[in-house]
Amino acid sequence: MAVHNYIRQRFFPHLWCPGCGHGTILNNMLRAVDELGISKNDLVMVSGIGCSSRISGYVDFHSLHTIHGRALAYATGVKMSQPRLNVLIPMGDGDALAIGGNHFIHACRRNMDLTAIIMNNRIYGMTGGQFSPLSGEGILCTTAPQLTIDRSFDTVELALASGASFVARTTSFHVREITKLIARAIQHKGFSVVEILSQCPTHFGRKNKLGDASNMLEFFKKNTTPFGSKAKQDNPELIERGIFRELDIPDYCADYERTIQKAQKGKSS
Amino acid sequence: MTQDIKFIQGNEVCVEAALYAGLDFFAGYPITPSSEIAEHMAVRLPGIGGKFLQMEDEISSICAITGASLTGHKAMTATSGPGFSLMQEALGYAIMTEIPCVITNVQRGGPSTGLPTHGSQGDVNQARWGTHGDHAIIALTASNHQDLFQITVEAFNLAETYRTPVILLLDEMLGHMREKLIIPKVDEIPVVKRLRTAVPDGVDFHPYLPREDGRLPMSDFGDKHRYNVTGLYHDMWGFPTSDPQVIHGLIHHLMDKIENRVEQLTRYKEYFLEDAEVILISYGSSARSALHIVKNRRKRGERLGLLELQTLWPFPAGLVRRKTRQADFVAVVEMNMGQIVDEVKKVVDQHKRVFLVNRVDGGFITPENIKDMIRLIQGRGV
Repeated sequence: MAVHNYIRQRFFPHLWCPGCGHGTILNNMLRAVDELGISKNDLVMVSGIGCSSRISGYVDFHSLHTIHGRALAYATGVKMSQPRLNVLIPMGDGDALAIGGNHFIHACRRNMDLTAIIMNNRIYGMTGGQFSPLSGEGILCTTAPQLTIDRSFDTVELALASGASFVARTTSFHVREITKLIARAIQHKGFSVVEILSQCPTHFGRKNKLGDASNMLEFFKKNTTPFGSKAKQDNPELIERGIFRELDIPDYCADYERTIQKAQKGKSS
Repeated sequence: MTQDIKFIQGNEVCVEAALYAGLDFFAGYPITPSSEIAEHMAVRLPGIGGKFLQMEDEISSICAITGASLTGHKAMTATSGPGFSLMQEALGYAIMTEIPCVITNVQRGGPSTGLPTHGSQGDVNQARWGTHGDHAIIALTASNHQDLFQITVEAFNLAETYRTPVILLLDEMLGHMREKLIIPKVDEIPVVKRLRTAVPDGVDFHPYLPREDGRLPMSDFGDKHRYNVTGLYHDMWGFPTSDPQVIHGLIHHLMDKIENRVEQLTRYKEYFLEDAEVILISYGSSARSALHIVKNRRKRGERLGLLELQTLWPFPAGLVRRKTRQADFVAVVEMNMGQIVDEVKKVVDQHKRVFLVNRVDGGFITPENIKDMIRLIQGRGV
């Protein structure tokens, strides 16, 4: 099936700026869904608030566009009440890790079979270019006219430390990798995190003189390397891509099924 | 026929009634004085194949039940003051997206951490106005366990009927008090099932297009109709819009479906109102003391009556106006600085006839407290 079979055409044109990386992520996310052959009726997309979160309206799945930072909490209710559904949760960096940071670490710990996709452009785009917890130091933003002094999270380290059983990272330049990693993440039984570095030429790039979208994509190409590569040893500044963890441990809903069985056995005896 | 009689806490009554109403999903976060609701849910739900989640906070709890309701499950969360404050944004989301659910608030003294282990009725106005933007809300309460059972089932019924979150306001006294409850037999209290659409597969489904009777049939997430749900103003498909005509239609629909049905939504009880010169208006646990003093004074020939409100929002203005017409004065008995008394003043013919009889020191308002204040109002001295 072609990608356009998975979108709601009446919702287009989308609201993303020219050069934004989010459209590339949407495209390759849909390719992953297509590859896996999942029925649209079995897919739920839950998102929060922000540029990235508008993605849920564009896909022809069951779509839940919620409130800022809480997408994972809504998704937890959807999945727990109907475990057969595949639940995808695209989030921005601010949505997932600032206002939604607490839900993120707890979702990692709980290991419910959800697929979190963090579209990290290191900026609040929709509100006009304020710094996020992923911006890092020395960045020019509307709320840091003298450059940021806030240190950033590393999404992958945070996910690993919080107990996520699948953790991966790629960029909007590495389009086939997006498809591959999202497909693996959806197939993974347990909580999966896929961080995708995305470019915001309008706010992040323009203010920080990083050039246009193609320059920013080139940055992703030149400054990233596959996880565990020799290049990383030679240049520790490189950002690693790939799968950092893929653990086969029981997911929350499977464990809860056992809780139900235990409770029902106890009742009959 | 043997009766199923229990001697339990109000919080447990709420659990049993929710299960009777068809709840099979609960998410919550521990907080005094509502924690027993979560504890009993954790005991009861797995045994019937239902789901219990202890979340990381109250925000995620209300979000989780909203998500569960969308897949077709009857769901509830329970909390107390500070947790209810945290839930306000997501409450507005459930109102805007018209997702049925029940939020129980076992009230304690506030503001802030306040009095965790003491009762209060200080969240009445928060239940009405806590979330931002214009909206309507249904909030119910009760004063004894038998009524609480009935009202809890009705909370679920109204949530389903009107596709809206319903607030169930308990208070610490009611939640922790133990008294007799006769569990109603199956079908003794009607239970409203989820209204699902009859639109067949392949035909355009409009999740936000009311039928002629005003109701909006739903389709479960995961079923054949895929639609969009958003907290933005949206059209009949659930797609975001900034079309003034559609916005106008939606805000009026959200208000009217509740505010235009006050009579159908009103639940109340009355005692000795026919010839009452002094009418007490009360609700929740305060109504117990109010009823006690009314019965006690009646024995002495004093013409006191009680109007006990079970629906607090939408405020039953017409009922209160009708019932208080003949009274010399009206005393509103509540454990707050005067939240329902303002509503009563708005609707009675002479607002100077309306007095507040309250207690806000963490102690339970007693019949003696009420008696003393009525004597003061009557100019008889204590």
